[in-house]
Amino acid sequence: MENNKVNAQIDITKEICPMTFVKTKLKLETMSSGQVLEVTLREGEPLINVPRSVEQEGHKVLDIHREEGDVFKILIERC
Amino acid sequence: MRLTEEQIYRYSRHILLPEVGGVGQEKLLRAKVFCVGVGGLGSPVALYLAAAGLGTLGIADSDQVDISNLQRQVLHYTDDIGKPKTHSAREKLQKLNPDVNVIVYKDLITMDNIRELVKEYDIVIDGSDNFPTRYLLNDACYFEKKTLISGALFQFEGQLSVFKTHKGGACYRCLYPEIPPKGMVPTCEEAGILGAVAGTIGTMQAVETLKEVLDIGEPLVDKLLTMNALSMSFNTVKITKDPECHLCGENPTILSIEEYKEHSCDIED
Repeated sequence: MENNKVNAQIDITKEICPMTFVKTKLKLETMSSGQVLEVTLREGEPLINVPRSVEQEGHKVLDIHREEGDVFKILIERC
Repeated sequence: MRLTEEQIYRYSRHILLPEVGGVGQEKLLRAKVFCVGVGGLGSPVALYLAAAGLGTLGIADSDQVDISNLQRQVLHYTDDIGKPKTHSAREKLQKLNPDVNVIVYKDLITMDNIRELVKEYDIVIDGSDNFPTRYLLNDACYFEKKTLISGALFQFEGQLSVFKTHKGGACYRCLYPEIPPKGMVPTCEEAGILGAVAGTIGTMQAVETLKEVLDIGEPLVDKLLTMNALSMSFNTVKITKDPECHLCGENPTILSIEEYKEHSCDIED
């Protein structure tokens, strides 16, 4: 989604659950409402859990796409 | 304040909670809580607060560890017998979590020092074993406008309440206006106590303290929770602010901290 302005980025490919969401959540806390965070994460548990947990806290997942191999990028709009 | 990498891991289960997060954890690390007594109630209180990363934890106790304490006072071990409880407690708490600044007061709490001590903290926890201290803490919290997290025990029973008199709530004296006559209420030594009951009430005091620091949920203000462990039943009754209360009522007669001579007549140890 090229038309979404990314305000911050975080790479959680080296983390395992639940630290994947913990790191994402802490990053979101430093941002303001409406800003967009780009998260780089791995397929499997992180890709299933992080978007779900993020939405449970009221944020919006704007986009999920495969970057390469098992690495994905997701865009989150902070609530 | 930013959490370190180690702190992010240590407190990850707090951070995951929607009501806490990194912001809440930072609040905990900045908080200052004063726990009076590190015995049956104070042990679980101090352990859970230290584990939670509560930044500054003042602990007061003038007793030394006795073998008869170990059945319920889980901060102290057999090797600690004879040591001041404050030192035994500090040792464990710092080992548990080096993030916590543990400040110890091993002198008796009196009318002369109580206000100065209480003034330094955000919240005061009553884990004392005697009525004079309990009234002293209530009155000091009233004058210094601090929240008081109160707990008490008797055999298989426990009670818990939060007093926020500075926010218009009742005080301990609205519930129990005067110290009962000496000997009327048996002490732990006389009455006995199931150790785990102390742990239950103390742990709930820790929960109320953490809620208060995080400003989440409904505090047990103007309510008295009572527990009976034999029937495992819990009851909550309303505490009404007494307009005639000598301390916080409309025409107070207690205008400063007084000394309460009676001692060793409480239900907790």
